[in-house]
Formats: sequence, C-alpha cells, structure tokens
Amino acid sequence: MKPILKIVLWTMATVGSSILSGALSAQSISINGAGATFPYPLYSQWAYDYNQLTGLKLNYQSIGSGGGIAQIKAKTVDFGASDAPLKKDELDQAGLIQFPMIVGGVVLAVNLEGIQSGKLKLTPALLADIFLAKISKWDDPAIKKVNPGLKLPKQDITVVHRADGSGTTWIFTNYLAKVSPEWNSQVGADKAVSWPTGVGGKGNEGVAGYVQRISGSIGYVEFAYALQNNMTYTLLQNQAGKFVSPTIETFQAAAANADWKNAPGFYLVLTGQPGEQSWPITGASFILIYKDQSSAAQAKALLKFFDWCYRYGAETAKKLHYVPIPMNVAEMVENGWKNEVKSEGKPGWP
Amino acid sequence: MPKLSPFQSRSALQNRADLAFRGITVFCATVLIIIMLAIFFELVRNSGLSIKKFGLGFLLSMAWNPVTQNFGALTSIFGTVVSTIIAMIIAVPLSIITALFLVELAPPILSRIVGIGVELLAAVPSIIYGMWGLFVFAPFMADHIQPALGKTLGFLPLFQGPPMGIGMLSAGIILALMIIPFICAVTRDVFQMVPAAVKEAGFGMGSTTWEVTRKVTIRYGFRGVIGACFLGLGRAVGETMAVTFVIGNDHRISASLFSAGNSIASTLANEFAEAAEPIYLSSLIELGLVLFLITFLIQIFAQLWLRRIAKGMGDRL
Repeated sequence: MKPILKIVLWTMATVGSSILSGALSAQSISINGAGATFPYPLYSQWAYDYNQLTGLKLNYQSIGSGGGIAQIKAKTVDFGASDAPLKKDELDQAGLIQFPMIVGGVVLAVNLEGIQSGKLKLTPALLADIFLAKISKWDDPAIKKVNPGLKLPKQDITVVHRADGSGTTWIFTNYLAKVSPEWNSQVGADKAVSWPTGVGGKGNEGVAGYVQRISGSIGYVEFAYALQNNMTYTLLQNQAGKFVSPTIETFQAAAANADWKNAPGFYLVLTGQPGEQSWPITGASFILIYKDQSSAAQAKALLKFFDWCYRYGAETAKKLHYVPIPMNVAEMVENGWKNEVKSEGKPGWP
Repeated sequence: MPKLSPFQSRSALQNRADLAFRGITVFCATVLIIIMLAIFFELVRNSGLSIKKFGLGFLLSMAWNPVTQNFGALTSIFGTVVSTIIAMIIAVPLSIITALFLVELAPPILSRIVGIGVELLAAVPSIIYGMWGLFVFAPFMADHIQPALGKTLGFLPLFQGPPMGIGMLSAGIILALMIIPFICAVTRDVFQMVPAAVKEAGFGMGSTTWEVTRKVTIRYGFRGVIGACFLGLGRAVGETMAVTFVIGNDHRISASLFSAGNSIASTLANEFAEAAEPIYLSSLIELGLVLFLITFLIQIFAQLWLRRIAKGMGDRL
C-alpha cells in the first residue's frame, strides 16, 4: 500500500475509535449552571457534598446574575441563578420557571484602621449619601453624629461597587431606592446602574478584594464573603429604627414576613422588611429552569439535586450564614415542578 | 522539436505544482482580507441600533447608564487613550535604551541572557500580568509610590486623590511592562542589523560611543524603531485582561491619574456577558467598532509616517 494511504487509514482508525469510545462513556450526566455570585459559596459546597454522595458532577460558574439570566435564555446551561427575580410575564415569555433556593443578606464592609466588625453604625440616609458621593470623608459630622464614641480618620471614602451585572447590586439598589428618594430619582435600581462614584469589582469576590486592598473603602458584599475574608462589617439601622448586626437570626427575621404563596412566579423582594430584628438588606436567590426539558434523565437529575438541597442542605447553608428555605415553601416549589416541568411529554417530577 | 536542456524542459506536474502553489497563496491572502472585511461589516451591522439612536453624539457622550439605557463612548475612549499614552511614555525610552545596551554596550553573554529574559517577558499571559498587578503591584503603588507622588507633585491635578493603588496610572504602568518586551526585541534586532562597517567608520573618525550610537545606529534604524513602537502601541490599545484588573472599572473622566477609569476593552470584558437589552448590546458592539477603527487608523498613520521617513532618509532598513 502506498505510504500516504497507510497514514490516512491509520489516522481514521484512531480518530474513529476514540470518538466511539467517547460516545460510549458519555453515559454519566453532568449539570451545568451559571449566575449569581451571591450564593456561590453555598452552591459550590452543596455541589461538592452531592458529588461525594451520588457522583453527579455539577459545575457552577459565578458570572453574575445578569450573566446567569443571559446564559439560561441562550440555553447554554441547565439552570441559571439570579438574585434579581424575573417578573411573571418575562418568565412566561421565555418559557422559564423560577423558585427561591436560599435567602441571604447583603452587608456593608469597610476598610478602616482601628474599626472592628459591628462597631460602625450606619443609617439608611448615611448609606445613600455615601454612595451618592454627598459624603466624601470618613470624619464627616453626619457620620460622627451616629457614631459618637468611634475614632474616625480624616480619610477619603472610596466606594466600591460591582462592575458587572449583579443581583447583589439589584438587591442593594432596590434597598437604597426604597430608603432614599434622591437615589431613586438620580440612579434607580437595577442589576447595573450608573454609579455616582467609586470603583467597580468583578463579582462579590472582586468587591471583597478591592475593599481589602484600598484603605478607607466601603463596599457591599454578600455576607458569606465578608465572613470568609474576615472583613469588617457595619451595623445598619432597620425600618424599626434599631441598629442590627448581620446574623442568621436577623436574616431569618426579615425572611419570616415573606408571603411566598401569593407571589406569582415566586417574585418577592425582601429588602426593608418591618420587624425589630430584621436585617434591612435581605434577599432571596432564585434558580431559573426551563419548563420544557429536552432530556428526561437530565431533568430528573437536576430536580433531584435541588430536592436534596432543600431537604438535606439546611445545615450547610446555616453554617455559611445563609437562611435555608423552609420546608413548606420547598413543598410549594416542588408542587410547581410537578405541574409545570415537562420532559419528553411526561411530567419531569417526581 | 529541438532537444530542450534540463533547465528549459518542465514537466506537466511541475507546471501544475506552480499553479497550485500560487493558487493556495492567493487564496490565503484573500481569505485574510475577507475575514477582516467580514468582521468590520458584522460590527457595523450589529451596532446599527445604537448608531441610529445616538448618532455621532455617542463618541462625545460621557453617559453610561444601563438603567435609562443612555450610553456614550467618551469615558472608555478616554481611558484607552490615557492608559496607552502613559504606557508609551514609559515603555518607548526604556525599550530603546535597553536595546542599545544589549547591542552596543553589553558583553555578548550578558546580552544573550538579558535578551532571552526580555523575550520570555513577552510570553507571560496578560491575565498573569493583571493578577500580579492587582495582588502585588497595586498595594505597592498604594503604600509607597502614590503617597510619595502625592506629597511631591500633589499640586498638579494629575496626582490628586486617594491613593487606591488601582487606577489609570497603575494600568498604564502594567501596560508599559507588557509592551516593553515587544518594542525591545524588535528594536534590538533593528540595531543589530546596522552594518559593522558603518559603525567602524564612525569610530575610525574619532567619534565617541555615544556619538556613533546617536548619529549612526539610531539614525540608521529609525524606521525600524518607529515600526516597533507602533507594534507596541497596537498591543497596548487592545489589551484587555491586564487593564481590567487594575483600572478600577469606573465610567468617569478625571484629571487625576490616581482615579479609576475604564478602557474600551475593559468595558467590553466586564459588561458584555450580561448585556441583555438590545440597545445595551448594540452600544457595546459600537464600542468594539470604535476600537477597531482606532487600531486601523493607527496602522494607516504608522504606514504613512514610515513612508515619509523612508523618502527622507533614503532606502535604509
């Protein structure tokens, strides 16, 4: 046989056999998700624990809530995660359903020498003015009035916000718009806004990184990030006028008022909730999946994972200072799966 | 038929091989041009929405508001231009001096080692520069360099503001570090091509090393040096990840080099994945089109300038 023909046949044989073996071994299911950085520490822990238990590979990319919504709409992932819930008509238009997976709190972290966690008190007006660049130095009399005993340095305030489209931003600006009419008219609330001042970090991780590096900075992050990076968090005055500390109890107090039953598409905002113990900037993080799932096996694996998270993931969630969704709400969600999720013509759940 | 010599007779196969070779090369060249035109047309087509809505005002508007869907390119263009200017101011003199050292003054072994080191710098991925910039360089800037600059030159609006470590100046310096290897490597090759006979003629007439370097080596390789600079400039204008990490991501124009800003590339890197609204997406693509045109114009300008120098200095290097 001519040498060139031998080479071609040999190449075809090796390539063909590797494709075949690849196809045969591709029986294992893996799940891909993308979206909010807010619940990322928890989702990655859940994914690891579930993998140890069942061997299912779950890959979650924290690219921001905006990215999560875009990717699930583009059908590149099996589920999207967003802290900014979609309204019912947008869900219906895209053929998606959403359900809350976890509740967490957004906290303010500062980098000030000599100030420890839970010592700096902020009121809603102060917070809005700082982020509107109306207060630009830490020793401003307005801040001093609320913190009489604290030694505040004569330093510029550097605001740190998100550079990417973020559900954490959505929750935070939603809160600011509620407490400050000036913020509402000048900036508004969305996943990305035109910030009056400050530098932008990519993801909760980026904001945490910048706050840790820049002296005199203040930024908003999900509570797990503040804890994991040993950041200095502040107290915040809630609607009842009390200065509360971000803890799982104050997040739970805010979430206790949530009326999930009467929320179409589970669209619910938990910022500025009443109650003496409520943390003002609480929010739920949602999962988005398609009503019509193309593969029954994939859909089953996906929903079984979420069911496991509801039933057995509560301890892990509490350890990371997230508030788990109570079982009665989880049952409402699973009812929704039974009625709305279909794969290959049959119901996707149970 | 008279017998043809081996040089004159060509078999049919050889003729066909020649034709095939020419066909393949022409095809490859044409494909490249078609790809470039295709990219340009796609950019124009997809930015149609924002071109229609904002018009030429897009290039002069400082707004960037995803809530009201009002976008303008000026802050991003400003960031790109300023960070590139800072990078060129730092990189060009350093590269030329390094190249001169490597060619004229260094012993051959040292020249080879440093030369290899410079070329290895070019191989470092840009995201590594970004991460190094954020974790190592930015704290160094914030703790030492920026306070010192603020104390000595703080009366200038260029050096006012809180020393954050990240910002326009840091981005410019990181960019300079990235383009120095390119400019230095090409400039060194250019200087090495200066004929030894010309340099020795200079030495023979009694010139000092500096006079030979200035009046012979640099003048001889001037076109190559300019070409190398434009190579570095092109890289700096489009550099994405390194700049995104350290520029601060703030849509703002500020007189201070310490403040955060945004370049076109970093805006696209940060916001493209989540831009869901059509106008938002179209504005980002229009930003990409602006960057494409800026790079294109730089290349045309470079070619025109090089041609003018060639005419003025005769046909050398």
